[in-house]
Amino acid sequence: MQSHCGQWVQIRTTVLAPGERADSIPAETQHVPLDRRVKGWQVAPETARAGDDVEVRSTLGRHYWGRLEAINPPYGHDFGAAIPELLEAGEQARAILTQGRKSS
Amino acid sequence: MKQVDYASVMARRNETMLSALGLDYSPFLEHPIAFDYEALMGMVDYDVDTIRRIQADSGVGDTALIELKQITELGRLLAPPGKGARIFVKDEAANPSGSYKARRASLSLHHAQQAGFRGAVAATSGNYGAAVASQAAMRNLDCIVVQEVFDSLGIGQPEILEKGRACEIYGAEVLQLSVGPELFYQFLRVLEETGYFNASLYTPYAIAGVEPLGVEIVEQMTAATGRAPDVVMCTHAGGGNLTGTARGLLKAGATDTQVVAASVDLTGLHMASDRDFNRKHFTTGHTGFGIPFAGWPDRTDVPRNAARALRYMDRYLLLKQGEVFYMTEMLARLEGLERGPAGNVALAGALALAQEMDAGQTIVVQETEYAGAGKQPSAQLSFARSRGIDIRRGDSDDEVPGESVVIPDHPSRLRVRDVDLDRVRKSLIRKATTLVPEGRVTRQEDIAFLAAETRTDTAFVERVLEAQTRN
Repeated sequence: MQSHCGQWVQIRTTVLAPGERADSIPAETQHVPLDRRVKGWQVAPETARAGDDVEVRSTLGRHYWGRLEAINPPYGHDFGAAIPELLEAGEQARAILTQGRKSS
Repeated sequence: MKQVDYASVMARRNETMLSALGLDYSPFLEHPIAFDYEALMGMVDYDVDTIRRIQADSGVGDTALIELKQITELGRLLAPPGKGARIFVKDEAANPSGSYKARRASLSLHHAQQAGFRGAVAATSGNYGAAVASQAAMRNLDCIVVQEVFDSLGIGQPEILEKGRACEIYGAEVLQLSVGPELFYQFLRVLEETGYFNASLYTPYAIAGVEPLGVEIVEQMTAATGRAPDVVMCTHAGGGNLTGTARGLLKAGATDTQVVAASVDLTGLHMASDRDFNRKHFTTGHTGFGIPFAGWPDRTDVPRNAARALRYMDRYLLLKQGEVFYMTEMLARLEGLERGPAGNVALAGALALAQEMDAGQTIVVQETEYAGAGKQPSAQLSFARSRGIDIRRGDSDDEVPGESVVIPDHPSRLRVRDVDLDRVRKSLIRKATTLVPEGRVTRQEDIAFLAAETRTDTAFVERVLEAQTRN
């Protein structure tokens, strides 16, 4: 992966390292960094590879610095697959209504 | 130059928040406990009709009220003879950003614009981000949303990824964070850097913006059934939804309508846990917010929270995750409405509660939300299943949050499970005592305030205080 200036990229920055995290949070969260991801237009350097430090300009014109993570990453979330347990529940509810109407 | 390390930024939190609100909270901070709540709400100097006009101007409100006839019929088949209230729903998905949150954002951003702010910042992982972004876009204001999205491995669940995408589509700059309450630190830094408006969910504007929803319910139910509803069911998290709706009901004269909260039961999962983060199959409307916010509202990004749900709550019901997924399926299959998760928490509660009520009575479920990719049970449960969560049909009471989702094997499994509200009330009163230097509440104003906060009377508050002194 090589990104160029002017591409829409996602960068990642550590906001708080494990040692800097709040005292009040569970241990498993304290042991990992607080990371921030933001997307913007790559401003510098001219080209970069994953993990390189880059500067981006956000859609509002604000500048952020961080490690290059991806070029225009897909959103990725989708509809998943049908859930058979819910399909069955839907059929059952219709059957209950049909049965109820017959007996009334 | 200002220091921007964690401790320095947090130490400036109060001045940062206040300068980003354009509101003077000082009259409400004179005493640690009591303040004039109606005067706080009175900082919004528009009556409810004016609010409706402002909101209509940005395409918000006046949503359809739909009777759920087959779900009502299902409830009656399960109920004893003569029981089974009629169930209606307010189709809030029809708001510009797809949820009732547009109501909260529209009045807040109207205020921001009037006060001369050039942009707004919201700290939210929910539909509110999209609502602020959408309302900002209409007004040519900048919008920055700070979201908790991923665990430490960079994995986010579908519903939350969709909420981030929605903010981006409305032109917001979206800062996506991994798990942790220090999100607030990032939020404060953005406020300091930009001088933008703090579009908190908990200002008087954000709550007054919901009041027309209650008024519309009374008007539409009166047109449909001849009177106000017997029960309004609200999915409850931070408390603004319930508070604003209940205030609207009262303003429309519906003093006999019961306001019932509903949350998804996520007992046992920690809200700040990197491990538990993706084992919650609902991202809001759950007990992780609902219980703490009912028991102590002042835990937000404003000095005094205008959302004070315990003042208005008649009952508080808990639903299992599997029951809410079940009702989402019923809404699609029996009523032809594919809607997102939030309102369906209250809908699941409504099916159970309707069976306790007379057939001549009515329940209004006061919201739906849009259903884009990621928001369906198919998306959330496919994700859960791929991560080893046991999804099966059975008795809802066997569900263990973080380990299983039990889809009811019969609609009679959906049950009324009341939260003991007196416990929540006592906890609020006990917490208040820790705020006064001597650890004892003696001022009559404080006792009267706590009675109003807990929807009890001064005798109740005094009994709790007395029991505490004895211990």
